[in-house]
Amino acid sequence: MHLSGWGRFPSLEARLSTPRDAAALAALVKDGPLIARGMGRAYGDSALAAHTVSMRRFNRMIAFDAQTGQLIAEAGVTLGEIVTAFLPRGWFLSVTPGTQFVSIGGAIAADVHGKNHHSEGAFGRFVDWIDLMGADGQIQRCSPDLNADLFHWTLGGMGLTGIVVRAAIRLKPVESGWIRQTTIAAPNLDAALEAFEATYSATYSMAWIDCAATGDRMGRSIVMNGEHARRGELPVDRRFTPFDTPQHGSPRVPLDFPGFALNPLSVRLFNEAYYQRNRRKPTTGLEAWGPFFYPLDSLRDWNRIYGRKGFMQFQCVVPLESHAEGLRTILGAISRSGAGSFLAVLKRFGAQDSRLSFPMEGYTLALDFPMTDRSLALLPELDRITADHGGRFYLAKDSRMSAQTLRDTDPRWAEFATMRRDSGLAGHFASAQSERLGL
Amino acid sequence: MSASILILGARSDIARACAQEYARHGYDVRLAARDPADVQADATDIALRHGVSATTHAFDALQIEAFAAFADRLPELPDVVLCAVGFMGEQAGSQSDARAASVVLRSNFEGPALFMGLMAERFNARSHGTLIGISSVAGDRGRASNYVYGAAKAGFTAFLSGLRNRFARSAIKVITVKPGFVATRMTEGMDLNPRLTASPEEVAQAIWQAQAKGRDVVYVKPIWKLVMTIIRTLPEFVFKRTRL
Repeated sequence: MHLSGWGRFPSLEARLSTPRDAAALAALVKDGPLIARGMGRAYGDSALAAHTVSMRRFNRMIAFDAQTGQLIAEAGVTLGEIVTAFLPRGWFLSVTPGTQFVSIGGAIAADVHGKNHHSEGAFGRFVDWIDLMGADGQIQRCSPDLNADLFHWTLGGMGLTGIVVRAAIRLKPVESGWIRQTTIAAPNLDAALEAFEATYSATYSMAWIDCAATGDRMGRSIVMNGEHARRGELPVDRRFTPFDTPQHGSPRVPLDFPGFALNPLSVRLFNEAYYQRNRRKPTTGLEAWGPFFYPLDSLRDWNRIYGRKGFMQFQCVVPLESHAEGLRTILGAISRSGAGSFLAVLKRFGAQDSRLSFPMEGYTLALDFPMTDRSLALLPELDRITADHGGRFYLAKDSRMSAQTLRDTDPRWAEFATMRRDSGLAGHFASAQSERLGL
Repeated sequence: MSASILILGARSDIARACAQEYARHGYDVRLAARDPADVQADATDIALRHGVSATTHAFDALQIEAFAAFADRLPELPDVVLCAVGFMGEQAGSQSDARAASVVLRSNFEGPALFMGLMAERFNARSHGTLIGISSVAGDRGRASNYVYGAAKAGFTAFLSGLRNRFARSAIKVITVKPGFVATRMTEGMDLNPRLTASPEEVAQAIWQAQAKGRDVVYVKPIWKLVMTIIRTLPEFVFKRTRL
């Protein structure tokens, strides 16, 4: 069948298997090569291969320890399902990316980050252990103490070390389903960076950044910070039902938008309207967990607004030493090209000391571009600017980077590729992405 | 006391989705499968997610003489029985081998119908209950490609229709579900038209809605109702020449 990632580029004719149990999965793995797929929310070709294995039917929760907050679950359980089951009992995800429609397996494979990376780290920090199926079809438990090497290669290893079958993750206790949100309108990039540094102690922070703005307004942003609201901070009438929040509406995008719907003008108008609306918003208030963490989830199938050809994500991180200049150069290149990113996010990362994970202390910028010749011409330039400033790239977003760029910016992957060859993993686990990038 | 649902053939994808749907609405769940160990993980998951009671039970649709004892041993007489037992078999094998055909007929018709009949009697004694049978569009008209399975499902459909007629004036409800194509273990690897294919979760939601709204016969995707109406009304001299 025809298969692609969330960005709908690239796509390929793939055999999609949906095993129901470990024995069926092991039989497929021994036959390899293949790649596991969860919710298919990686943007490019990370979970895409001629033989792709859906882990959607490995979706059972196994145990929960209300003393420690440890949840043991199969890899196909989604983060949204965890929130649904455990928020009413006072538990939330320790780390969540910008969509709840991702599986535990996918979150581990990409070692996803959220708005609290600077304060609490990436997803992997809250993974106690992983049951990983290796090339021989055997399941091995990996943790910081047990098969530690394999554990560390698996966090951020893009599914290329084996198949995550189940895992133990730690949830965090919360007193409500609400977030105390503070919004700061920053008229340009310097003001935005200043706002991030001034609010570094906030648990959650991120900014929507206007990539269409130029001149004095280049990099203008709405910086959003948040804290889990304590029960006593809720309006009196909500204190008895602190976990009840208004239902997240979920309209669907009913059809593929025509290719011209997103053009430089509509992108500029949208960004202008968004900035002006938030500039006037009150600066602090309560926001429900849904719109705070998952604003795009309220619009199902939002990838269809980019039309049939799809779109590409670009996410880099620029280290702290060179971030301001790096970001300015990137924004300059985008506005010169006229490509304009519809949804752009800027975020401060904290230090990250894991073996393969994407984050590093600095600033990350996530952009999406419609699949056009203009975008295809711009992205290698953004690659080059990122590389010049000592930055690196997020493979869960990538669909088109060259193997050379990855080698030049992130030497860890060369070591990873060697490890895969030496331990016989390369012949069993491979994605279109791993082949493109020589992993 | 909360309501409970007994699900037969609980290992199937549709049954698993239904178990989640009913548990989400607060039902205690009784999962019955040939080997209860196969559905233990589901029971654990359901209890953990939804805080309801979830238990597993051994049930073999081919052991009709064990049905009454099985029903006696359940923790309670359930409020809802959902039969998701089904076995498609291979049409080629069913054509040439009476033994293979017999397993298909008994798994899809004899066992499910007789068990629903038994539960109908017990519901009648208590004077309420809901019986939900998962039948198939394959039972709406026999086709060369799967008429053994289709004939069994046609029998099950007729049986459910008869029960519904018999209890129409009582508080016993009978719902026939004809899911059409569903992306399940049974159809894996088949090249199904995505417009005609439902997910197990959609089937479960349609079943829950059907019970809530008191519907009798449910086609999950509305287009199937149209498709099957056309197929049923084709004159035989036309139909017999088709390849569907």
